[in-house]
Amino acid sequence: MSEILLFGVTREIIGSATLKLSEAEYPKNVEELRELLLVRYPELKAIASLKVAVNNDFAEDHTVIRPTDEVALIPPVSGG
Amino acid sequence: MNDRYLRHRTLSGFGDEAQQKLEAASVLVVGAGGLGVPVLQYLNAMGVGRIGIVDADTVSVTNLHRQPLYTEADVGKEKAMVVANFLKQQNSENQKEVYTRYLTSENALELISQYDVVVDASDNFATRYLVNDACVILGKPFVYGGLFGFEGQVSVFNFEDGPTYRCLYPEMSDGVVADCNTHGVLGVVPGIIGNLQALEAVKVITGIGGVLSGTLLLIDTLSMQVFKMRVSAKEENKTIDALKTRYETPGCRNSQTISPEVLAEAAEDYVVLDVRTETEFTAWHIKGSLNIPLEELKDRLDEVAGNKPVCLVCKQAVRTRSAAVILEGHSSEVYELEGGLDNYQSKVGTDETDFK
Repeated sequence: MSEILLFGVTREIIGSATLKLSEAEYPKNVEELRELLLVRYPELKAIASLKVAVNNDFAEDHTVIRPTDEVALIPPVSGG
Repeated sequence: MNDRYLRHRTLSGFGDEAQQKLEAASVLVVGAGGLGVPVLQYLNAMGVGRIGIVDADTVSVTNLHRQPLYTEADVGKEKAMVVANFLKQQNSENQKEVYTRYLTSENALELISQYDVVVDASDNFATRYLVNDACVILGKPFVYGGLFGFEGQVSVFNFEDGPTYRCLYPEMSDGVVADCNTHGVLGVVPGIIGNLQALEAVKVITGIGGVLSGTLLLIDTLSMQVFKMRVSAKEENKTIDALKTRYETPGCRNSQTISPEVLAEAAEDYVVLDVRTETEFTAWHIKGSLNIPLEELKDRLDEVAGNKPVCLVCKQAVRTRSAAVILEGHSSEVYELEGGLDNYQSKVGTDETDFK
């Protein structure tokens, strides 16, 4: 959780390949993570199906995030 | 039996049985671009019995760096025809079907119903959702591949009880997630992803190994890290009764861009609409441009003159995609600044006397 892996356009929007959160900011579930990210990076709102993976599983909003979990932000990509 | 597939037939774990399955199979490849080219070359070389090629696009000079089957002499020609000619010379023993049209709601079911497996080698979200929905309706597996910059994604959807594309990405993004025309792509990356798609198609057809179903493979070619993320099937996505009449969001072929050089020469011919935040705009902007931040654009459309072409600008040509969707119907001609202001500043400069 200390470092969120970023993929695709989220890297451009956030401006790096990973995003560090301080311990005080750790969200307790995926929904809280989304809220935090959307406030900080409003451009993410335009990605209708922005997915969050927790420990290599695509997660739902209610999925709990523990401090030791690996979290990744995965948008759809259209290029071909 | 000729020797063409000798190395397949003598391959332990493949052999005559798998080769015969390839030769009895049919595959429809949607898109003959960066992904489609390697998919078609390998499936054809390996002896898939019948191959369909769907693409209405023509070869452009900007395709050549990542679609190495095409030569300079092919620029302007129909991709599907050029590929088909190549494939015929490469392998005269199998069948090729050429469709010089785009996959649409009108033709998707008819085309896909004639094939065992579909490879989604398209370059836009609208086609990806159309391929998914048609394959779900017809019960066909499809091999998905997608790119963004140095990254790629691969998976097999609608395979047996596995998930569909909508189980991963339920809704289509409204255009902000840039496509291959507005964003760059490193030439070799589609080759890597397309080859993985060809391999998965072979596994689906022959039953060798494990099919990448229920798993999204993510590759970051810069760090050479590979991730496998598990995708769960959702029952509601496995039952689709009919295609939508329209699949929104333009693909590569529909986006119109203007290069920084062209805009710098003819800025007065356009309403230059800067959709960045006020803070970004105040720091630097193109002289004479109008600032309406993306978030406010919907409510402030009346400030944009409808009778003049609009050129949208932002930092990296990400926000302008969303803005273009919002302007649809308001302005008849909408362009986006290629590569955004970052690109503009590096190509044209930031000369304050000229542009502030």
